[in-house]
Amino acid sequence: MVDLIWLVPALPLVGFAVLLVAGRRMGEPAAGWFATAMVGASFLTAVVAFIGLGGLEEQVFVQTLFTWMPTGDISIDAGFYLDPLSGVMILFVTGVATLIHMYSIGYMHGDPNFSKFFLYLNLFVFSMLVLVLGDNLLMTFLGWEGVGACSYFLISFWFTKPANASAGKKAFVTNRIGDWGFMVGMFMVLFTFGTLSYSEFLPLAPGLATTTATFIAVMLLIGAIGKSAQMPLFVWLPDAMAGPTPVSALIHAATMVTAGVYLLARINPVLAVSADWVLPLIAWIGAITAFVAATIAVAQNDIKKVLAFSTVSQLGYMFLAIGVGAYWAAIFHMITHAFFKALLFLCAGSVIHGMHEHQDMRVMGALKKFLPITFGAYIVGWLSLAGVPPFSGFFSKDEILAYAFDVNPVLWFIGLAAAGLTAFYMGRQAFTVFWGTPHWHPEEESVEEVPPAVTGTEAEVLADADDPAATSAATVVATAQPAVDVSDLPDDFEPHESPWTMTVPLVVLAVAAAFGGLLNIPLPSSLHFLERWLSPVFELGGPTKLSLSDGSILLLLSVSALVAIGGTLAAAAVYLWHKVPSAPLEPAVLANGWYIDSSITAFMGGPGTAGFQATADVDTKVVDGAVLGVGAGVGRLAQASRYLQSGHVRRYALSVGVGTVVILGFMFTRVVI
Amino acid sequence: MELFPSDAVFTPDVSWVALWPMVVMALGGLLLLTISSLGKGRIPRPFYALWAVLTSVGSFITAIPLWAQVHGWEDAVLWYDPEVDPTGPFSTVGGVIAADGFSVFLTMLIAVSMVAVVLVIEAYLDREQDRFPEMFALTMFAALGGMVMVSANDLIVLLLGLETLSVAAYVLAAMDLRRVQSQEAGFKYFVLGAFSSAFFLYGIAFIYGATGGTGLVHITDFLAANVLLGSSGLMLLLGLGLLIVGFAFKVALVPFHSWSPDVYDGTPSPLVTFMSSVVKVAAFAGMLRVLVMAFESAGADWRPVIQGLAVLSLVGGALGAIVQSNVKRLLAYSSISHAGFILLGVEAASDVGTAAVVIYLTAYSALVIGSFTVVTLVARSGDRLHTLTDYQGLGRTSPLVAGLFTFFLLAQAGVPFTAGFYAKFSAVIAAVDAGTAWLAAVAMLSAVIAAYLYLRLVVTMWFVDPAAETDTSHVGVPAAAGIALAGCAAAVLWIGIFPNTLTDWAERSVPAVVQPAPPNLVESGDEADADVEFEVGPDGMPGMPGPMPGEMDFGELDLESLGIDPAELEAMLEGGDLGFDVDVEFEDPPG
Repeated sequence: MVDLIWLVPALPLVGFAVLLVAGRRMGEPAAGWFATAMVGASFLTAVVAFIGLGGLEEQVFVQTLFTWMPTGDISIDAGFYLDPLSGVMILFVTGVATLIHMYSIGYMHGDPNFSKFFLYLNLFVFSMLVLVLGDNLLMTFLGWEGVGACSYFLISFWFTKPANASAGKKAFVTNRIGDWGFMVGMFMVLFTFGTLSYSEFLPLAPGLATTTATFIAVMLLIGAIGKSAQMPLFVWLPDAMAGPTPVSALIHAATMVTAGVYLLARINPVLAVSADWVLPLIAWIGAITAFVAATIAVAQNDIKKVLAFSTVSQLGYMFLAIGVGAYWAAIFHMITHAFFKALLFLCAGSVIHGMHEHQDMRVMGALKKFLPITFGAYIVGWLSLAGVPPFSGFFSKDEILAYAFDVNPVLWFIGLAAAGLTAFYMGRQAFTVFWGTPHWHPEEESVEEVPPAVTGTEAEVLADADDPAATSAATVVATAQPAVDVSDLPDDFEPHESPWTMTVPLVVLAVAAAFGGLLNIPLPSSLHFLERWLSPVFELGGPTKLSLSDGSILLLLSVSALVAIGGTLAAAAVYLWHKVPSAPLEPAVLANGWYIDSSITAFMGGPGTAGFQATADVDTKVVDGAVLGVGAGVGRLAQASRYLQSGHVRRYALSVGVGTVVILGFMFTRVVI
Repeated sequence: MELFPSDAVFTPDVSWVALWPMVVMALGGLLLLTISSLGKGRIPRPFYALWAVLTSVGSFITAIPLWAQVHGWEDAVLWYDPEVDPTGPFSTVGGVIAADGFSVFLTMLIAVSMVAVVLVIEAYLDREQDRFPEMFALTMFAALGGMVMVSANDLIVLLLGLETLSVAAYVLAAMDLRRVQSQEAGFKYFVLGAFSSAFFLYGIAFIYGATGGTGLVHITDFLAANVLLGSSGLMLLLGLGLLIVGFAFKVALVPFHSWSPDVYDGTPSPLVTFMSSVVKVAAFAGMLRVLVMAFESAGADWRPVIQGLAVLSLVGGALGAIVQSNVKRLLAYSSISHAGFILLGVEAASDVGTAAVVIYLTAYSALVIGSFTVVTLVARSGDRLHTLTDYQGLGRTSPLVAGLFTFFLLAQAGVPFTAGFYAKFSAVIAAVDAGTAWLAAVAMLSAVIAAYLYLRLVVTMWFVDPAAETDTSHVGVPAAAGIALAGCAAAVLWIGIFPNTLTDWAERSVPAVVQPAPPNLVESGDEADADVEFEVGPDGMPGMPGPMPGEMDFGELDLESLGIDPAELEAMLEGGDLGFDVDVEFEDPPG
């Protein structure tokens, strides 16, 4: 049954090819259903292969398709590598992707590029599966680049909005930094082991020299940081939310961004033999990212931005898990996160859909009775992300925190603080959007005596987001009433529930998010299904064994639960019962993400661009300057012929001349006397 | 006393099979000029295009038997002849023309590129309503020069090829009479080209002074047997440095690159396809054969220079391109960056490196011809629209052209499953294999920077609304250009997905050090009455031009026709006063 593994990526590829040729003719909704069917079939195949894998003795299956690149003594095959880790990955990737495809049929209804959207989505799923299933680092890199390109295209899908095109660019550029690290690491692997194949080099990893292992680990870590939006390369992910919401759910929450975590988990034997500061480095990057992103999420007003920073924060937990040696816990959290974060994004999409494309939470409120199904699903996602028992997020996050406590209590404390913030900002979102008073009727605003200066066009609000002073002012005002113009909504506007193609995936994901924790119940240890299933993969990586007693684990569980509930209650006090003013809790520095993004932008726009310009001017200024300085005498000689040309040719010739002098000068030093 | 009378003629051994591709190209060009001058305006222009295509195809076909002779007949399916054994690499015309895997493959590559180039020129001339059959003839002569360069086994012949190529290229650059930039480009190219050719020739003179010869095989042997110290060592190294300068100019390496953005900008767009493909192939081939083969033992001297040039070109090309607003200038800088990548293969000075160069040149030719074909089409009538503004919104007005351009650009950026990725991959492998991993890291970093500029073009085409002054008319694809584009795109995709085909060929495309065949004194025949074999000392032998040490077999000689009295020869041999060893077997011993 495992022989069918090639079908898993092949089916979405077929979907892509067919849509490429005939997508426009299929039209709406046939193209969408076709794409959904392809990914769905891929999911079923993955289930079959997964069951087959369980029946194998070795639990590793390598399928070589063809020899791809014979280069000298090294040859690289195109093939697939199915083991417990990639088996789990393909299951949730295809499963979540199928639901999101289906959801998109409703969400993208009426879009002029309907079939093109599904074409990209299918290509994305194919790339993601190649990334996960690839038998070697080069295949993984292929998928890595493929998902990056699809992400870029999908962020810019509505390219008529300049913000989207620019966000797409930012994602691309940031990712290239990570790609560089991946490439260098990959070549280092190739020249250390003479192969890129996981099944060949991973078993050899324990014999690596520490420096080599450290170099490979750090380079691949740079790649992982870029892809998984960790500090300091996280700036692109929140902007990536400019794309259609299903894209945010699929690519920027559930699957692609977890690729960095997957990569680190995959190379765990290399991490194990690298210098002893590498794993703590990963843990600290993760913990700090988790905390900082959570603080930023507290002060966002865009419903999707809150979820975006929350994604960055949750990815931080996964890095933390890797860093403390709890590889399987990282994968566990990755799976539950895929369920509940995809769910939350899809709910947000449903809300946005019902609100006629308004994304600002300040114009929402009291939506629970208008969008009952969405509301119900959202509750599950919310409590799951907030870490309230017994939803899945509670179990997976708590495993990470338990391991962190075991390794370094400071890490645990940061993680716990971030968990409290998570519960708080999610409570804030839930209460603002679904409870309280509705804010979408212009006449109600006038009742509340809106100062005229506050209502502006949407464009101004967009511009304000970049201007800290204006945003803080807007944030202060927002505590009383919306600062966003809703005059484009009709007077009798009422939010409406989404069509069934959108709500069915919500319900399915809600069930998964609610019960995902069953994959691995913390106590007793006989219920550690996932840990046991994944253990062969991490054998060489020397995973941390939890040394805590059952009592301590129970204690930690209770603390986590209390923090989650406490955070939620705090949010309720501020945003539901209005006992505490919210303005001081949303300072400008948080709303603007600690100014990290704007600092980078300021640098790239100012000194950075100037730097590029200066380097490019090397021809005309630096080189020519040096040339003209050195060759002043020659220059005077050449004055005579100056009338022939504007002088450029002479300068070029001098540039050639100076180059020659340098080369010949070098040759002088090489003479053997 | 002299063994041979002074009027005896030594003719070099000529293997016509090695020369046919060049001969076809030369004759094709000459005949085209003749026909066009006789036919005046009566012959329709497409005839010339067809003629040039057929000539290039003919040149390719005549290279197949040569391939077979070098690699074996099994490879040349069409010409399969089990009776004939392959000879392996050989050299001919007195050892100045090499026929090895390297020269055959690149000759074929030039011939194929020529087909695409001619098609693009035809599409351009058709649009511009120009007659100019000279454009075809000049590119054919330039291609001939390129073929000579890839086969040259002697520095003088290399220079001959270089000049044949360059002089034609100077004229091509100035071919657009309506635009003053074109004349300016031709002028600049000529002045600077002459400047660098002078360096090159000077370098040859130094090397001749140091080694006593210009043949690459001679230089190889000489350097293997001798260590040059002091002033003769300096002479050799200065010569080597000057040769590098000459090559660096031709392939546009920083800091010898300044001409290339101006020239690319001014030259009629279809001809830039030629300049960036065939010219680069030829110049890199020459550079590789000289440095990696002839100066292999001096690797420690030239490798740092090439590494320095590679770094400068990789980084300078990528950064320079970022601020360009003219697409042709942007691509010119990008090709400087590509040249830096190719240097990784040269710098490796190994068989892996040579294969990487061959792979890169092949992939790059397809990419760059495709890209500049698009540039030619988008420029519209008058060849004038080249700024980024002119590409705004192209994705909506002309999705086919924009799609193809996007594909070529992404391939140039090195996206997997395209030829560009595999080429870069091979170059990086070669560099790391040669122990210069740091250079590979620099190259990858520059590829990251360069990706930005390709992306910028892609974004301009698909995601930017056309400005008011942008020409938003649909860009059509004429049949001729369409064939070229389809061919390039197919090659880029094929190499990307099935690179092993190319690798198989590239790995056998290695320049070989082949001793020259002995000169023919007289055709062997029935009348031969002696089998003469000489072993010649270092001073050569009397009556033969130039020193030619080593053993040589003169084969069977007809002594009578040479005016040698067998009895006298016999006496000389016994007297032992010849100054060299000679072994003669008489069929009919005198006396």
